[in-house]
Amino acid sequence: MKQLVILSGKGGTGKTSVTAAFAHLAAQGPFAGRVLLADADVDAANLELVLQPRRLDTQPFRGGQVAVIDEDRCLICGDCESACRFDAIVETDGRWVIDPIACDGCAACVYQCPTESIRMQEQRVGECRLSDSRYGPLHHAHLHPGQENSGKLVTQVRQRARQQALDEERRLVIVDGPPGIGCPVIAAVSGADLALLVTEPTVSGIHDLRRALGTVQHFGVPALVCINKADVYPKGARDIETFCEANGIAMVGSIPFDPSIASALVAGEAVTAYRPEAPASLALSALWERLVSVLVEPPTRQDDGFAEPITDNLNQPGTFQ
Amino acid sequence: MRIVVASGKGGTGKTTVSTSLAQVATERDAVRFLDCDVEAPNAALFLHPVLDSQREVGIRVPRVDADACTYCGRCAEVCQFHAIAVVGQKTLVFDDLCHGCGSCAWMCPEQAISETLSVTGVIDSGTTPEGIAFAQGVMNVGQTMGVPILRELKKWTPARLPEAPGAPRRALEILDAPPGASCPVVETLRGADLVLLVTEPTPFGLHDLKQVVAIARELGIPAGVVINRDGIGDDAVGAWCAESGLPILLRIPMERRIAEAIAGGRTLVDAAPEYRPGFRDLLERLVAGVNP
Repeated sequence: MKQLVILSGKGGTGKTSVTAAFAHLAAQGPFAGRVLLADADVDAANLELVLQPRRLDTQPFRGGQVAVIDEDRCLICGDCESACRFDAIVETDGRWVIDPIACDGCAACVYQCPTESIRMQEQRVGECRLSDSRYGPLHHAHLHPGQENSGKLVTQVRQRARQQALDEERRLVIVDGPPGIGCPVIAAVSGADLALLVTEPTVSGIHDLRRALGTVQHFGVPALVCINKADVYPKGARDIETFCEANGIAMVGSIPFDPSIASALVAGEAVTAYRPEAPASLALSALWERLVSVLVEPPTRQDDGFAEPITDNLNQPGTFQ
Repeated sequence: MRIVVASGKGGTGKTTVSTSLAQVATERDAVRFLDCDVEAPNAALFLHPVLDSQREVGIRVPRVDADACTYCGRCAEVCQFHAIAVVGQKTLVFDDLCHGCGSCAWMCPEQAISETLSVTGVIDSGTTPEGIAFAQGVMNVGQTMGVPILRELKKWTPARLPEAPGAPRRALEILDAPPGASCPVVETLRGADLVLLVTEPTPFGLHDLKQVVAIARELGIPAGVVINRDGIGDDAVGAWCAESGLPILLRIPMERRIAEAIAGGRTLVDAAPEYRPGFRDLLERLVAGVNP
């Protein structure tokens, strides 16, 4: 069983549109009928909007805890406030109150309270969902707005997807990843077999691609790159190609800017199903063929995708060559 | 006055809007700009600040004095994140799991635990050519927690606020938020006076906009909407905003010429000066209060 994760660094480069197209395209070929999907962008879980699946199961997800003060026992001494490093204990009408949004769940206040007036309370922060889509089972989630622990929820979605894939001897899990490079991204990428980074030829896209590649390589996952909206700024696309070449990372496709992608979203379909002859669909089909060959026969250490880690300063803005 | 530019969905144009808003604002106001997307900070690529100052930031993690430690295990007991463990005659600290709350150090009966800074990123600061006081948080690659960097970033104050001769100017803070709808967005929004939500007219844009609107409402922050790439997709966003009483303050049509200029690192109002009056109007409406 292989796990392919779609990432980008910068948001809005087209991860979910690409994932939906792959889900559609994978219905043919070596993975036909053996695919499982996972939406690991729990903050902005959009794959469901394209696939319009039928919900089979929902499980509550309990994340971290938050502190609660028992007003009757509180002596209003303020020890909790001085202990809190998250500015979560605020004075309201002469009393100390915990701001559950700011509370990190560390329980430092619980241990500092001289009258044992503070306890920790579990938060229901979201739910894990299993749905049946036209292209296979979809594991996804909903994080209640503003909640913490999205990394843990991503881990849970991936674990559930992996377990079902193993149980049913499915051959491929396609994971739609979150933007950025932090906790949820690390949860989405760790242990995957292959990462596809969808970038765009803009100064921001390139800057964030470098950071995302650094993260993926840090966790030892081979990475390939494709450029979406490649024709919007040809110089940027050439810069990405040069960068990938210099760092030994394989560029596996270029998708042109195509209004069909937005139309397909509105229609609730993968663009490759909605308009198979559209320029973006043709490019996505070619890209998928390449990915299939990599997934069927993974690259070896010397080949593309197992490049040496990027070692130059990934924090510098605008230093992209 | 602190204005946060947020979106939910990534790539809708937060940085496009925040950088142009800052450039227009600086004509009359003293502007402080914070790039709060510590995982993918991009505003500097458009505002071109001279970043002449850098400070390492992170969290305070415990270090155990092996001579004083009696392996009683109290530290491991109070840690909610399994970041410290006693195994036989050894106390192990896992920096990556530590949230830096300090509980283990306070609760150690032998006072065997001190704290040291574990660097997770930097705060760069400086000034842009038009005089915007600029700072960005940059999380190191491989780190998981951006919020502590964000907290430090929000405390940054420029050594000297840019002053113009003549009348005193309004002090405006513009914060470029990260995408998503979880803790980093909440931390960016805490303490804001207003939030400007940039979305795109697609089902994705709408779905993710609703998530951030829910956060803004919970925090009691008035919100206004900018629809970017107007004309792609549908107008379900416009209809939902009307239903929900969210004012649409600006629509930016999808124009290839603008997309190309922004791709190359120009701000919207630089590439298309005809948008300046629109941004001026947007700013004044924000300052006057979007939800009168």
